[in-house]
Amino acid sequence: MTLRLEATVAARGLDVSLEVADGETVALLGPNGAGKSTVLGVAAGLLRPDTGRVTLDDHELTGRRVVPPHARRTALLAQDPLLFPHLTALDNVAFGPRSAGVRRGAARDRARGWLAEVDATDLAGRRPGELSGGQAQRVAIARALAAEPRLLLLDEPMAALDVAVTPALRQTLRRVLEGRTTVVVTHDVLDALLLADRVVVLDRGRVVEQGPAAEVLARPRSPFAARVAGLNMVSGRWSDGAVRSGGGRAVAGTPSGPALREGDPAVAVFRPRAVSVFREAPGGSPRTALPVVVTDLEPHGDQVRVRAGDLAADVTAHAAAELDLAPGSPVIFSIKATEVDVYPR
Amino acid sequence: MTPGVPRWLLAPAALGAAFVLLPLVAIVARVPWSDLGALVTSEASRDALLLSLRTSATSTVLCVLLGVPMAAVLARTSFPGQGVVRSLVLLPLVLPPVVGGLALLYTFGRRGLLGETLDVLGVQVAFSTAAVVMAQTFVALPFLVVSLEGALRTAGERYELVAATLGARPTTVLRRVTLPLVLPGLLSGAVLAFARALGEFGATVTFAGSLQGVTRTLPTEIYLLRETDVDGAVALSLVLVVVAVLVIGLATRRRAPLRGPS
Repeated sequence: MTLRLEATVAARGLDVSLEVADGETVALLGPNGAGKSTVLGVAAGLLRPDTGRVTLDDHELTGRRVVPPHARRTALLAQDPLLFPHLTALDNVAFGPRSAGVRRGAARDRARGWLAEVDATDLAGRRPGELSGGQAQRVAIARALAAEPRLLLLDEPMAALDVAVTPALRQTLRRVLEGRTTVVVTHDVLDALLLADRVVVLDRGRVVEQGPAAEVLARPRSPFAARVAGLNMVSGRWSDGAVRSGGGRAVAGTPSGPALREGDPAVAVFRPRAVSVFREAPGGSPRTALPVVVTDLEPHGDQVRVRAGDLAADVTAHAAAELDLAPGSPVIFSIKATEVDVYPR
Repeated sequence: MTPGVPRWLLAPAALGAAFVLLPLVAIVARVPWSDLGALVTSEASRDALLLSLRTSATSTVLCVLLGVPMAAVLARTSFPGQGVVRSLVLLPLVLPPVVGGLALLYTFGRRGLLGETLDVLGVQVAFSTAAVVMAQTFVALPFLVVSLEGALRTAGERYELVAATLGARPTTVLRRVTLPLVLPGLLSGAVLAFARALGEFGATVTFAGSLQGVTRTLPTEIYLLRETDVDGAVALSLVLVVVAVLVIGLATRRRAPLRGPS
């Protein structure tokens, strides 16, 4: 099923156009309040867009007659599993088939199959109150799949779970999402890389960037994608061998990909590890020197991540101590031009 | 340790509890235990008791049939004037029952608003057992609606939305998700409505009268007996007290928690 969704929702500042190909999994990334969940609500029919059009293949879901949620076959799985507390896990999973008119026995047989699919066969007889968060989310996945949705909508399905259980659940999702038309809202770079074929980045209700997951995360064009990928980004215009931002920052770098002309919009992207931190500007080297003020220090593996607003540098603990870094310290972030990737915005 | 309350609060609290409990003790103390069996099973008493149970059960069923849709509409939809409708629907809670009975009389009585139409159809409601049921339903309905609407609001719509995306039609959602989730609220609402119907006196006497075996319910019988046969009145009162205690027990019984993982 191919999803085409165009929608504006004035109350949420949303204005997006989105397409998900048959069998494709699209990760919807973006900061809080970007409109990700709103998009899912519109697709599921829980939210009526002010203008727009939603189609699944040739089925028009909006328009003169808005198709109600129960007739859309778009299962929605949220952060909270929301298993019906009065039904066993098995009957929760059987709920979709039962609603579609399948008899109880046959619906339960199907439900058992789906529970097996998510490695939750042994949970069949339990009530939701007796399940852990991860187990409940497994059952909720089976329940969503058992409804045989034409479109699967996942809203941060692992955000509320213990980190210990997410890798296993992510593997399960990776397996069951194969070949299904799916939109998954996530904050997690691993979800985007492992589950999604394509990434769409939303910011303030607009699509700001999209492309294959690996490509977007390796060469982000939006600040949010850069943040998710753990990269520094300065965006501005290409001029005289450097990307110059509106705020007066200039980052020298090496253009890659299509040639840049003077004045073209461009981004300079570099890893926190490529940033050296100095108390005073190092003289006479072909480096970018950005005067910043440290806002935060946090441990990062065997290093210390020095945050200064939207930029970050990784230094050794020894260096951090030697520089006597603390929030409020004025420092210089210095980056070699060869470490900076520059490409069009 | 609990935070507790100021010590001076205990005295008025004890006084209040005594004020509620002492009359119960007094009436139980006054019960003519030796004749109790005979008094409670006299023909008039039996008629009144059976009539009360029958009419209260019927009006409870009516309350559920009418109250569930009312609560669902009030809790799950929004329409202009909803606040006013909600207040008016709850009016019988605060209205003196006698006034309610008069209002019913001027609606369904022979010369009432709908009375003539009903008369033409050969139906006479006032002073019949049906009138008893109507009076009881009138006063008891708000109890069920209030209790159920509260339960519906607490339960929220999230489960219903999930059910819809799983392909459940609105009727299926109501039957398989909404009602099971608010079942405790529905049961306690029904129990309260039954209790209110059982104790109903003012509206019943006004609208239905007091004809033995037809409209004379237990409270009416007690009211009439208290002048001629005090022992009988007290014995029947005991029956109502016992039923009331049972009802409170049912309504406030701790239920198994129906909640997902938090």
